[in-house]
Amino acid sequence: MAKRPRQRTPGETLWWGRTVRLAIGTLTVWFVFGFLVHGFVFQLNDITVAGFPLGFYMAAQGSLVVFVALIFWFCGRQEAIDRNAGVAEPEPVRGEMPL
Amino acid sequence: MRLPSPEDTFLNNLGRIYGTYAGGFVAFVILLAVLEQLGVPDRIIGYLFVFFTLAVYAGIGIVTRTVKVSEYYVAGRQVPAIYNGMATAADWMSGASFVGLAGTLYALGYDGLAYVLGWTGGFVLVAVLVAPYLRKFGAYTVPDFLAARFGGNLARLLGIVVLFACSFTYVVAQIYSTGIIASRFLGIPFEIAIYVGLAGILLCSMLGGMRAVTWTQVAQYLVLIIAYMLPVAILSAQKFGLPIAQITYGAVLQEITVLEQQLLAGGLATAETLKPHLAPFTSLDPFNFFALIACLMIGTASLPHLLMRYFTTASVRDARRSVGWSLLFIFLLYVTAPAYAAFAKLEVYQNVIGAGLDALPEWIYTYGRLGLVDICGAHAASVEAVQAACAEVTGNQGILRLPDLAIDRDVIVIATPEIAGLPYVIAGLVAAGGLAASISTADGLLLALANALSHDVYYRMIDRRAPASRRLLIARLLLLGAAVLAAYVASTRPADILSMVAWAFSLAAAGNFPVLVLGIWWRRCTSAGAIAGIIAGFGVTFYYLVMTQYGGMPEWYGVKNISAAVFGLPIGFVVTILVSLLTPAPSSEVQALIDDIRRPSGGPVMRDRTA
Repeated sequence: MAKRPRQRTPGETLWWGRTVRLAIGTLTVWFVFGFLVHGFVFQLNDITVAGFPLGFYMAAQGSLVVFVALIFWFCGRQEAIDRNAGVAEPEPVRGEMPL
Repeated sequence: MRLPSPEDTFLNNLGRIYGTYAGGFVAFVILLAVLEQLGVPDRIIGYLFVFFTLAVYAGIGIVTRTVKVSEYYVAGRQVPAIYNGMATAADWMSGASFVGLAGTLYALGYDGLAYVLGWTGGFVLVAVLVAPYLRKFGAYTVPDFLAARFGGNLARLLGIVVLFACSFTYVVAQIYSTGIIASRFLGIPFEIAIYVGLAGILLCSMLGGMRAVTWTQVAQYLVLIIAYMLPVAILSAQKFGLPIAQITYGAVLQEITVLEQQLLAGGLATAETLKPHLAPFTSLDPFNFFALIACLMIGTASLPHLLMRYFTTASVRDARRSVGWSLLFIFLLYVTAPAYAAFAKLEVYQNVIGAGLDALPEWIYTYGRLGLVDICGAHAASVEAVQAACAEVTGNQGILRLPDLAIDRDVIVIATPEIAGLPYVIAGLVAAGGLAASISTADGLLLALANALSHDVYYRMIDRRAPASRRLLIARLLLLGAAVLAAYVASTRPADILSMVAWAFSLAAAGNFPVLVLGIWWRRCTSAGAIAGIIAGFGVTFYYLVMTQYGGMPEWYGVKNISAAVFGLPIGFVVTILVSLLTPAPSSEVQALIDDIRRPSGGPVMRDRTA
């Protein structure tokens, strides 16, 4: 099961560095919409959008939309990073699973 | 490549199969609606709903039975991302989310949104930090990963302890709510209804393990999401002519704010008893609000029954993508829950509060008879009962005031069809949805428990040479045993079960999250560090929960025990890091393993020789 230990190539170091930076960037957006914006709920509530006070709306819907979009964006970025570094898995053989 | 097998025909036709199924379900609901108009009694409609849906789940469970180890534990690792997303959504959304979340939002207003945020945002952590790497590793269970990364059975054993602590009470609660729903809609005693629900749960998971559970969960997701979105959409269409309640409830919120002012001005509520729906931090102070969000999010990324769903995808890329699909499917329910709360509150403030005690809407009595609506401190079973109870209350002058009314949180979703004046068939649909939510979560949890026992304890620790057939037999027997034990505990109606469920998140977060994340992202993390970290983080959280709940210990810094991981998490991280730095770096084999886990290409690290 365990493989022989080996040195990381420069390409691998670059790839992992990009992966870590993407993770940090994604988690920063997560933190902003999971926590930070809700700290400004009183200020945001002064703005009303379609009947919703904005502070309430962010906690009930806005942040959730951001989370969904964020995960799909993250997947696309990470796949590109993996592909460019040549560590991506082969594309699925069967064509019926594009998702 | 392999020759086409019946399995591939199934996977190739998933869209058609589930499309037909969803269409068939809608046709079934319409058929029942017609039957109701023809005069078929409500009770028969309820029976048909419960038994038809259970029969479909059982049918899928039997068709997808398996004798292969890898099919049993990880559905053969070929579940497409989008279907795994649906299955995960059903796995994730419990009976409590389905029935209780809207009620919590009704009671807490803005502060209840901590649950909405906490139960959704955690998926970002799952996608970024955990799921793709565990999928690459190729484990069957979370303790399996801990054992490989942290060298041996002590780490595995601790992983099993954490898994049990956060899964067992959770599954008891699911079986409990199956019993409640089945007894209400079948009109049989709760103690018997529990075993009806249990039969449904076991039929899905006994024969086919993860494979059967996956495909029944997809079916259950479709039922539960239709059942959740339809009633409030009709309510919204009645009031605004637009069936998208998620948009129209903005206007409802405005009306609620106006009504709140009128109630206060009219003396029907006092500033102490009325919590403005939109005002932040009336029930939770800001610190507890954010602490709860953090614990629920991090708990999400640590719950074994959720993480193991991502072991079933065909690739690392699919595991990542399917987290996105999961959240999209979960999102549909969670953006709808606040709309339920708003519409229900509008109804109560408009038509219930301020009404004469002899002129309350009919649904108050329906649920009062079930003991779920109390007026003036007594069950609101009838006009006379309400009048008699309120005569005892000082200051009541024949008009219902806000403090006189107490609604159980489970009523909000269940009563919506009646509030909207919809036919009974919609109420039956909601019950079928609640049942689907409870059963699907119970199946996922039972599988996590039984797999930890059969794979980690029996196969990995007791008999490493056990043949596949014996491993599967043991797995099924243990699943049965765990299910019957959980049903027995549920039938005793344990008082604290609901609060214990909320604890599962804190226990999972403190016990699993630091070691999972550091184990993947920090090469220097050692076995001794991880073991000390699990013991310290989990131990502190467990101590805080038990001592504040039963030991009479005062809260530390006013932190509610639902957010107990606020202490356990940092302690877990700090102890893991410090002890790791004090012990020698992991061996080159372990370092190579970490490299391998991080790299998507190359297939799973761990392969099962009998798969």
